[in-house]
Amino acid sequence: MTGQRTMEPVRHPVTARHLGDVVARAVGVEKYYGRNHVLRGVDLEVRRGEAVMMIGRSGSGKTTFLRCINFLEEPTVGSIEIDGVRVDADPLHARSKAHLEQIRQIRIRSGMVFQEFNLFPHMSVLQNLIQAPVKVLGVAQHEAVARAEEYLAKVGLSEKRDEYPARLSGGQKQRVAIARALCMEPKVLLFDEPTSALDPELIGEVLNVMEGLAHEGATMIVVTHEMHFAREAADRVVFLEEGRIVEEGPPEKILNDPDDERTRQFLRRFLTE
Amino acid sequence: MIVAEAPQPGSILEQVEASQARSRTSFRLKFAGVWVVLIGALLLGLWLTGNIDTSFIAEWGPFILLGAPITILLSVVSIILATGLAIIGAIARLSRNPYINGVASLYVSLVRGTPLLVQIFFIYFALPQFGIRLPSLLAGIIALSFNYGAYMTEIFRAGIQAVPRGQREAAQALGMPEGMVMRRIVLPQAFRIVTPAIGNDFVAMIKDSALVSTIAVQELLWRADTVGTRFFRTLETLLIAAAVYWVLTIVFSYFQERLERRMARGDR
Repeated sequence: MTGQRTMEPVRHPVTARHLGDVVARAVGVEKYYGRNHVLRGVDLEVRRGEAVMMIGRSGSGKTTFLRCINFLEEPTVGSIEIDGVRVDADPLHARSKAHLEQIRQIRIRSGMVFQEFNLFPHMSVLQNLIQAPVKVLGVAQHEAVARAEEYLAKVGLSEKRDEYPARLSGGQKQRVAIARALCMEPKVLLFDEPTSALDPELIGEVLNVMEGLAHEGATMIVVTHEMHFAREAADRVVFLEEGRIVEEGPPEKILNDPDDERTRQFLRRFLTE
Repeated sequence: MIVAEAPQPGSILEQVEASQARSRTSFRLKFAGVWVVLIGALLLGLWLTGNIDTSFIAEWGPFILLGAPITILLSVVSIILATGLAIIGAIARLSRNPYINGVASLYVSLVRGTPLLVQIFFIYFALPQFGIRLPSLLAGIIALSFNYGAYMTEIFRAGIQAVPRGQREAAQALGMPEGMVMRRIVLPQAFRIVTPAIGNDFVAMIKDSALVSTIAVQELLWRADTVGTRFFRTLETLLIAAAVYWVLTIVFSYFQERLERRMARGDR
């Protein structure tokens, strides 16, 4: 803990009834880049079936925080727990075998969808989907294929099974990327601005898929600039500023009538843009 | 999908297409003409000076040509071994382990900093002083492999670094351990990136393999040189050797170009 936290974030109770136990927990996450203090102690608990949307201006630390959850960035301080596996930040031994193996356990339990899709270009869609389930989880090939087909159908791309990523549109790529993450049957899905690299007319198809997932009870943490989507699909909206959670609560509250002046300012600027 | 329409007869579009086709054909004809005329002039000149002994060529040509399979064998085996060395070298050069990285960078520096001919002599003439006596063909293969392995290490290193970081991150986020990320995600993509460079190196290797004639590997140049000096007909024998090297590189370049085009068309 830094002790320099000036103000406790305003927390509104989560009212939704469908939520289960806590499956993902971040405690006191701090991150320095060199001497640049980009995360200043972030705590977040996500319950099973909950869709948490993180908003904030660029540079507020929301993407860094998301990447700290699966240790694509090693936090400087803090701990992450997913589905009972807890890993403490250990920047001094970040490359040690034991630590890397712990991190891998976190990653197996979480799925990530990137802004830039990051599909493997040398593999067909199906190969993209079954690669990790087969090679990492040890799922039998035929079972992995069945699973892949199921999730491809869910994102509406069954007919693209044998295409290579280069032949897909941006929106299709991102839907495949979502299916790829789902194939690992993760406990929590992490979305890093999944529509920011898309042409405007392709954003809708991706948001539709994500909204479907949210309503089906997928647990997800989404970094997004799509306020309309957050309003529709979020159980909780979290506003970050300068590496801290300033305010969080149900979308109606945070997006319509936030308590904190900084949140209000951000929304005002954002919605008039 | 936009479907191209066939242009109306006589329309300006049809006229433009016809004109473009004409100028393409004309370019190709002139281009080929330059080659035919220049090569013809060269051969004719040699012929007219009366210095070429055709019966000598007919008699000893086949003997020299038999060096071609050895040259090809030497080059193919060496490029394969060099590629293997280069992959290991590149991974070592990117390693966080200072010992592994240090050894690899010393290898690259040493090999790139000394002439290939010195390396060939060292392996064939100097190693016997340590009791290591290698047949000349094997010595030649080892020297070429080590030499090209060092240059290609740097190529592969650049290729691996050219794979976007997001690829590695996506694989890691799926829980792949580091070795698997490298093997299944990074290296296959790096391979595509470096294929043109490897092709160039192979063409260079075909020609550099001539250097092992100095340790009596009976490849093209050795045969040409041996026959040429014996009968004082070096012009003829060197012409034959040069022609064969040239043909080999042209043939290989053709296949390389096709391979590259196919990969570009593929799935990137």
